[in-house]
Amino acid sequence: MKPVKQTKAKTAKKTKPTEPRYDLRLYVAGQTPRSLQALSNLKKICEEHLAGDYRVEIIDLLKKPQLAAGDQILAIPTLVRTLPKPARKIIGDLSNTDRVLVGLDIRLLR
Amino acid sequence: MKEKSRPRLSKALTGISGLDEITLGGLPRGRPTLICGGAGCGKTLFGLEFLVRGATEFGEPGVCISFEESGHDLAMNVASLGFDLEKLQRTKKLVIDHIYIDKSEIAETGEYDLEGLFIRLDAAINSIGAKRVLLDTPEALFAGLSDVGVLRSELRRLFGWLKEKGVTAVITGERGVATLTRHGLEEYVSDCVILLDHRVQNDAVTRRLRILKYRGSTHGTNEYPFLIDEHGISVLPVTSLGLTHGASKERISTGIAGLDDMLSGQGYFRGSSILATGAAGTGKTTMGAHFVDAACQRGESAILFAFEESPQQLIRNMRSIGLDLGRWVKKGLLHIEAARPTAFGLEMHLVRMHHLLAEYKANVVVIDPISALLPGGSAHDVHALVLRVVDFLKQSGATGFFTSVAVEDDMQSTALSISSLVDTWILLRNIEVNGERNRVLYVLKSRGMAHSNQIREFLLTPHGVQLRDVYLGPGGVLTGSARVAREAEERRELLRQRQSEKDRQLSVKVALRSLDAKIAELQAEKEARENQLIAAIGENEQQKAALLADRDSLRRSRGMIDSSGRSPRPNGRESKP
Repeated sequence: MKPVKQTKAKTAKKTKPTEPRYDLRLYVAGQTPRSLQALSNLKKICEEHLAGDYRVEIIDLLKKPQLAAGDQILAIPTLVRTLPKPARKIIGDLSNTDRVLVGLDIRLLR
Repeated sequence: MKEKSRPRLSKALTGISGLDEITLGGLPRGRPTLICGGAGCGKTLFGLEFLVRGATEFGEPGVCISFEESGHDLAMNVASLGFDLEKLQRTKKLVIDHIYIDKSEIAETGEYDLEGLFIRLDAAINSIGAKRVLLDTPEALFAGLSDVGVLRSELRRLFGWLKEKGVTAVITGERGVATLTRHGLEEYVSDCVILLDHRVQNDAVTRRLRILKYRGSTHGTNEYPFLIDEHGISVLPVTSLGLTHGASKERISTGIAGLDDMLSGQGYFRGSSILATGAAGTGKTTMGAHFVDAACQRGESAILFAFEESPQQLIRNMRSIGLDLGRWVKKGLLHIEAARPTAFGLEMHLVRMHHLLAEYKANVVVIDPISALLPGGSAHDVHALVLRVVDFLKQSGATGFFTSVAVEDDMQSTALSISSLVDTWILLRNIEVNGERNRVLYVLKSRGMAHSNQIREFLLTPHGVQLRDVYLGPGGVLTGSARVAREAEERRELLRQRQSEKDRQLSVKVALRSLDAKIAELQAEKEARENQLIAAIGENEQQKAALLADRDSLRRSRGMIDSSGRSPRPNGRESKP
């Protein structure tokens, strides 16, 4: 499964990101240090392990509080993997990369 | 009224019947209140009723954050209580947000806080301008999140935030083994803590409520029974916090003419409590039926709680003494509520009484017999119940008539020891003498009125209860046949007296008549004598005339009469002048 995934990721990146494999949403509440920390951690992980085959949407609940109910957001920050199914959630500032990868069910590319 | 001048803690009425009385005005406004208790004791319902009443009765919209059940489930659960959550949500009086955490789909990495919860709560509150919040129960979070330290500090922050927000919040918590709540929520919510309890006693479940603490306010401190029925939560006592009921001077008939007479001719006071005690078969129910019948005849509304007979049975039985209760039932003036005392717990009985009294606006309430409730709880419980019944009847101005079965030997100690609570106490007794059993009654006490001290026999006749005079014989009171015999003897005596009276009158009349006769006789004799006298006088005159005539004729014959006809002096002196 490992090689399949790799190739698929590459092709997806090269052709066109019509539908990226990973659809991620990061819920934050304003520009708190913890939110910024989570964002930078997420970027790093995505760059390193998802090889561009992803999409990240950042939702600031202070601006759009009504969006919190849909994904059952309670803790901030929360990262939601909406694709691939099933949805998974990771809460916290994503400082533990290994746990994030496990949580997102991402196999290491290396 | 002194209280008004002092600054008082602002309170929010819950609208839950009874609770506002105990808390003297509701829950602390703008502060969180913790409701804790075991599973199934009514925490969620308590919270929901608080929200619904707030939205519908006090114009305070509410937000329900449910951590356990979905909004739909909640709506279904309380629909049977007449709470339409869906409609309240449509009309923007209520927002239900279901927050759940599934641990299996969540991973925790690094630091986080529960800002999301705050944001959602804030959004919900702002969307409808909510004044009330229910959190049911935040402890569920402990199952979903592993970082207890964060959770605790966030909960502490949440309660502080709620206070700052100025909403009146109710937070529920499951009872822990050694603590009030499993996760120690009471550490954070310290303004008001209400404990709900749920216990089984004599096979009947009793729910109880206790206000553990209420900072800044006095409150009822007892354990109060409460129950959940189709009207929501009712906490008891609803009215027995004070003795403030008014006292009517109006009198109402007992329904028995003779008994009215015993109570200075007018019957009971309206709004008073009457107790009729007696052994089995002394006519307690009949007394109650009479009272109800009299009330309905006046056009008043009455409720009869029958714990021993079905309504049909009662109506049939009362018909045998000429009381047609059926027609009052048909007219809607009388409601007979029959239930086995063991059908529910004591509180349920009391609440049913409350609801029925409010529903029928009854003027007269008969509980037959109140002693039937005794097996439903401890003597203490029953006594408290009866106290509450008496109180709330008085408070509502209804006249209460209770019957109670007493042991024949020990008439004065009622099993319920409620005699001191009632205003009028009528004792019914059986008297066994000369091989028969007869019913007597007497008024043991009747506050505020002159009442007879006589023991009276009463009969159950086809025309109702009738009181008879009781005769005192050498062996005590005469009842039954002895009384009848005595009555017959009295009648004979009376007859005899009348007869002799007649005789005497007659003899006097005879005497008078004979006197009259004598008078007539004497009168006649008198007349005869008078006649004789007259006759005698007449005779005398005639004799005189005849004598003169004789003398004249003699003189003439002797030539001594002149031509003038004058008679010459017989002694010759005539010739001298």
